[in-house]
Amino acid sequence: MVIQTPNGFTLDNSGKRVVVDPVTRIEGHMRCEVNVDENNTITNAVSTGTMWRGLEVILKGRDPRDAWAFTERICGVCTGTHALTSVRAVEDALGIEIPDNANSIRNIMQLNLQIHDHIVHFYHLHALDWVNPINALRADPKATSELQQAVSPAHPLSSPGYFRDIQNRLKAFVESGQLGIFKNGYWDNPAYLLPPEADLMATTHYLEALDLQKDIAKIHTIFGGKNPHPNWLVGGVPCPINVHSTGAVGAINMERLNLVSSIIDKCIEFNKNVYLPDVIAIGGFYKNWLYGGGLSSQACLAYGDIPEHSNDFSPEQLYLPRGAITNGDLSVVHDVDVRDPEQIQEFVDHSWYDYGEPGKGLHPWDGVTDAKFELGANMKGTRTNIEQIDEAAKYSWIKAPRWRGHAMEVGPLARYVVGYASGHDEITDQVNGLLRTMDLPVDALFSTLGRTAARALESEYCGRLQKYFFDKLVANIKAGDESTANVAKWEPSTWPTSTKGVGMTEAPRGALGHWVHISEGRIENYQCVVPTTWNGSPRDSQGNIGAFEAALMNTKMERPEEPVEILRTLHSFDPCLACSTHVMSPDGDELTTVKVR
Amino acid sequence: MTKALVLGIGNVLWADEGFGVRCVEALADCRAFGDDALLLDGGTQGLYLLPFLEDADLLVVFDAVDYGLVPGTMKIVEGDEVPRFMGAKKMSLHQTGFQDVIATAQLMGFCPDELLLIGCQPVELEDYGGGLRQVVADCIPRALTIACAWLDERGIKSTPGRTDTGDLADTSIRMAAYENGRPTEEDACRVGDARFFPTAE
Repeated sequence: MVIQTPNGFTLDNSGKRVVVDPVTRIEGHMRCEVNVDENNTITNAVSTGTMWRGLEVILKGRDPRDAWAFTERICGVCTGTHALTSVRAVEDALGIEIPDNANSIRNIMQLNLQIHDHIVHFYHLHALDWVNPINALRADPKATSELQQAVSPAHPLSSPGYFRDIQNRLKAFVESGQLGIFKNGYWDNPAYLLPPEADLMATTHYLEALDLQKDIAKIHTIFGGKNPHPNWLVGGVPCPINVHSTGAVGAINMERLNLVSSIIDKCIEFNKNVYLPDVIAIGGFYKNWLYGGGLSSQACLAYGDIPEHSNDFSPEQLYLPRGAITNGDLSVVHDVDVRDPEQIQEFVDHSWYDYGEPGKGLHPWDGVTDAKFELGANMKGTRTNIEQIDEAAKYSWIKAPRWRGHAMEVGPLARYVVGYASGHDEITDQVNGLLRTMDLPVDALFSTLGRTAARALESEYCGRLQKYFFDKLVANIKAGDESTANVAKWEPSTWPTSTKGVGMTEAPRGALGHWVHISEGRIENYQCVVPTTWNGSPRDSQGNIGAFEAALMNTKMERPEEPVEILRTLHSFDPCLACSTHVMSPDGDELTTVKVR
Repeated sequence: MTKALVLGIGNVLWADEGFGVRCVEALADCRAFGDDALLLDGGTQGLYLLPFLEDADLLVVFDAVDYGLVPGTMKIVEGDEVPRFMGAKKMSLHQTGFQDVIATAQLMGFCPDELLLIGCQPVELEDYGGGLRQVVADCIPRALTIACAWLDERGIKSTPGRTDTGDLADTSIRMAAYENGRPTEEDACRVGDARFFPTAE
């Protein structure tokens, strides 16, 4: 059957059906089904969030000051950003203003998370879709050294001996019989295009990135008191500052600040000398693989983040841009008001929830999370072993959020499209520079590779911002301001009987919002609309497909039974389906299945 | 100085998935360790746990595991068996995460010399916001005894008492606060994802 969607895609669900379940190397559970035609080109895509995420209901009745600690546990990678969003929502509801130092420290933490997540995502989750570590064993270390020096002359680790050592380490690892992190690859698939030397260079950087990310995490320990689950505080940040070596043990002193500074510099170097050059070099070999643009050329959404001043979220004060692009019109950047019930609404016609009537959209403040699991008449298989989902009915645990009715892409590429369209200086410079270096037109941005490149550019930009806020923090402390928290409204007796608030951030993977309703000192309602709710959204009542689904359309697969192209595009969103990280089947058998029917 | 990392992994929000994290909490509440042991709530942090492995010579991991055993059964695995076993069968529910952590630590050359995995077969995972089932909670004391004895044999001593550490879960989601503060069944849906669809209607 052929369907034309209102957002411009032609879906044809005849032909072979490919089922990937679960999609690996992501956070949380996701299933993806596509139809391919006789040329193995994708003609229909169905994205299913396969886990129930009822954080909203488990927070009911809890103390709003504790909500961050619960939201921090939603997932294995965006702990801090959920916590930040949560404290912002509660502060908004209670009218709490945070001190300048808290704003700087939160920005440093949030930017740290962006950089950490982008680097780990690229090297440890996404690169293996493009880079073949097994092929790296065939590389000539001397030629690899020459390639490294050509790609990034400033990177010190580039001698033939260095690459030979790494290659030997890899060899020993692979020969030990446990491929470990490199298992589940489709290493002889013709979709891999890098020469062995580029594979060795990139695999080497996989290891360098592992070393670096250990350092990056230390910034969270310093400001958050501990890692991997840093502390957060409604009203500010929970770390006292004491640069005069008196007072609280564990306070932020100059020694710790210097450590932070050195880590920030290391990240800046890595982004400049390794991450960006790698993306350009690897991207160069895949220049003709321009699939995966999906919604990015027509509908992008960003809430914006990284405020210059505390308590001021007006768009012109944000370093990461806010705005919405619709209908592919980059000449208009709409302002976004997350409080406006007309702007953000969630629909559940194709989601396993019940809003009481079809076609109904609810703003998150009015959101309800009532589960209703039912499968469509055309589903194949059984309830516990679904062979093929029926996308004409309900088919996902993810709701379908829409901005003024539009399905939107969020994330680094969406932020960069919004920034580029609104003439954001740094973003425009970066994008133009990259396109020039790679000799590509602007349209190339709207692709899986564009999404991957935007993430790298953003990591670089965030590094500079992090340094800026670090200097700002230190200057403010030296000027005598050591305040990090405002506890004037800490006691529930100071709160209104009933109040609502919203917290927004730009998580590494996209716009994140928490909406809270506090009543008599307790959480009455709590709704999270996470980035992957936007990107992984199922169809809505009008039939608009979501960002993942749109991005998979029209992609040509080399071998449908080895869905490397699907993984490339889905991974490029850095999906995070709210994590419990358990990945198992009822019989405890093999994890990933790819079925072609 | 030989250093030990005592790690609880899992997601406290998924009922018995929280076994590992609750074990470390309980251990800190009943035994006093010195500077040679780090008691850590690892949550579901995967690769972000690498730096802690690098610092350790001995590693004890508490986790919910799936051997297809009778729920509430404990399973102890040691040494080379830990990653190998993880690779052969779905043992830890975090195996994709934690198995990769061990493999990566090995590739980087800083995996702890000795490993001990103390696992417990869960009763219930599909209960978001839920706590440990009784039979799983009842395994905690034995899990701690095994861990302490294993560490003691390797020179990591502990005495009855408490270990003060900032590396555990925030007090608002420690076991008692978390389980006692749960919304009623009317308010909070009890179904989960039975690979991955709920079994309850």
